[in-house]
Amino acid sequence: MSDSLVQARGLRKWFGALEAVHGIDFDVQAGEVFGFLGPNGAGKSSTMRMIGCVSPRSAGELQVLGMDPDTDGPWIRSRLGVVPQQDNLDLELSVQDNLHVYGRYFGISRAAVRAKAVELLDFVQLTDRAADPVEQLSGGMKRRLTIARSLVNEPELMLLDEPTTGLDPQARHLLWDRLFQLKQQGVTLIITTHYMDEAEQLCDRLVVMDGGLIVAEGSPRELIARYATREVLELRLRPGARNGWDETLKDVADRVEELPDRLLLYASDGEAALAAAHQRGVQPVSSLIRRSTLEDVFLRLTGRSLVD
Amino acid sequence: MTAHGIAEPGSRALSGWQAMLRVVEGLWIWYRRNWRATAVSNVAQPLLYLAAFGVGFGGLIDASPHAAQATGGVPYLLYLAPALLTVSAVQNATFESTYPIFSAFRSQRTYWGITATPITPAQLVTGQLVGIALRLTVSATAYVLVIAPFGAIRGPGVLAALVFAVLCGMAFSAPLMALAAAWKKGRTPFAAISRFVVLPMVLFSGTFFPVSQLPRAVQALVRISPLWHGTELARGAALGTLRLWPAAGHLAYLTALLAVGVLLSRWRFRVRLTP
Repeated sequence: MSDSLVQARGLRKWFGALEAVHGIDFDVQAGEVFGFLGPNGAGKSSTMRMIGCVSPRSAGELQVLGMDPDTDGPWIRSRLGVVPQQDNLDLELSVQDNLHVYGRYFGISRAAVRAKAVELLDFVQLTDRAADPVEQLSGGMKRRLTIARSLVNEPELMLLDEPTTGLDPQARHLLWDRLFQLKQQGVTLIITTHYMDEAEQLCDRLVVMDGGLIVAEGSPRELIARYATREVLELRLRPGARNGWDETLKDVADRVEELPDRLLLYASDGEAALAAAHQRGVQPVSSLIRRSTLEDVFLRLTGRSLVD
Repeated sequence: MTAHGIAEPGSRALSGWQAMLRVVEGLWIWYRRNWRATAVSNVAQPLLYLAAFGVGFGGLIDASPHAAQATGGVPYLLYLAPALLTVSAVQNATFESTYPIFSAFRSQRTYWGITATPITPAQLVTGQLVGIALRLTVSATAYVLVIAPFGAIRGPGVLAALVFAVLCGMAFSAPLMALAAAWKKGRTPFAAISRFVVLPMVLFSGTFFPVSQLPRAVQALVRISPLWHGTELARGAALGTLRLWPAAGHLAYLTALLAVGVLLSRWRFRVRLTP
């Protein structure tokens, strides 16, 4: 028996002829924030649903909290906190009724769930909206309520599927702060996202998925060191004036990535690369030198820009 | 795994019975806050029919010896009242097992929230059906209480009529729920079902006049209508004219329809919620 809360070996999922997950191995350790990164259709959500015991695996092995989802689904689910990609709150009930009803699904007593709701509404800063119908809440507030709801059973493992998609920056930062607090309290979190900054902020360890496979695994820092250079030179060129430049610039940088609106030159020294580019007659509309991020790793590994 | 303080399996999971009750409780919390809107319309509609046909129209036909023969010598108000109880149960069941189910899958997605907890899709189906049955019972009881002082009820047989009416509603509800669970997108067929299935059923299942008044070919068709079976049971119970074997046949038909509906719903809910 290992120490991991989730253990997958050769995990596969297909829907009819469509294979969503092609056989993946991963381990999630207690207390860590583990991320699934990848473009839409990479198989992240299918994997999350298998961990959440709401989608039976097609093949391979999977253990969640030491148990088999196929035989102990209800028991495992009673210890999970799930934040789905799309909110599924009851819009016609009040904020606090949503928590009360949901807590009862876990078999928690009425008195206990009432006390818990007060505590959770305070945690997600919705105490003053407790009696309001959910329908009247903003997107960010609904998301916070969904997080509060997922905590009603004091879960050992939380599954968050794109928790901040569609939120404004303020709402995202408040949410990140709450998730960080949960991590401090020892809750294990599994997050899917296609926001690289979110993954860099939150994840201790992550895997990058593409086409149903895991293409890389490590901490954000490790992945950047392994798959990107220290610096990146971004060149924005006049539309149409770009043809052939990546050939010209090939030996200026370790690697050149072409995006719809700009060229990315991966080099250990961005200033030197820019000087070399100027020397070869490249006249960009603008240029920027920055440190490599997870986004660069992502572009390298999945070979495409992000699709939101 | 004890290192993480994880208890033995089963320690916190609910029994199937408890899980189903929790689903009913969730639905009941909604109903407790919103019952006024539904109860008033659910009771007002059959009352309007009873006033118009039972009292107004009934006054006309009670004078006709031919009509008295058709209703078995019972005043038309008494003849109509238990049939409207069943009609109302079927109409309410039609609504309750279509739009709210469709919405819980599609727009509000609340079913996905529920099945992320220890509740299974099969327990959700049972709980949802029990919740609908409770609401049908509340509306039917209110209707009986309102019409009782007006002499539209003959005796305690109406209590059995009430049970039969709810059973009839549920026999219609369960298969419709399976349909609503299977309907993923596009225009829903629910309005068409109300117009082209429920309404003809109400008109030709012996609600307003005995089925024997219809041509033979149509009479055969009426036998597949759950409302006809429910009306025969409810009217027979209310008027004290129920005979054992026909009653057993009606009960068997409605129970079979309910059972098939439950199985279909469980299948559709499982396929949809745990792909």
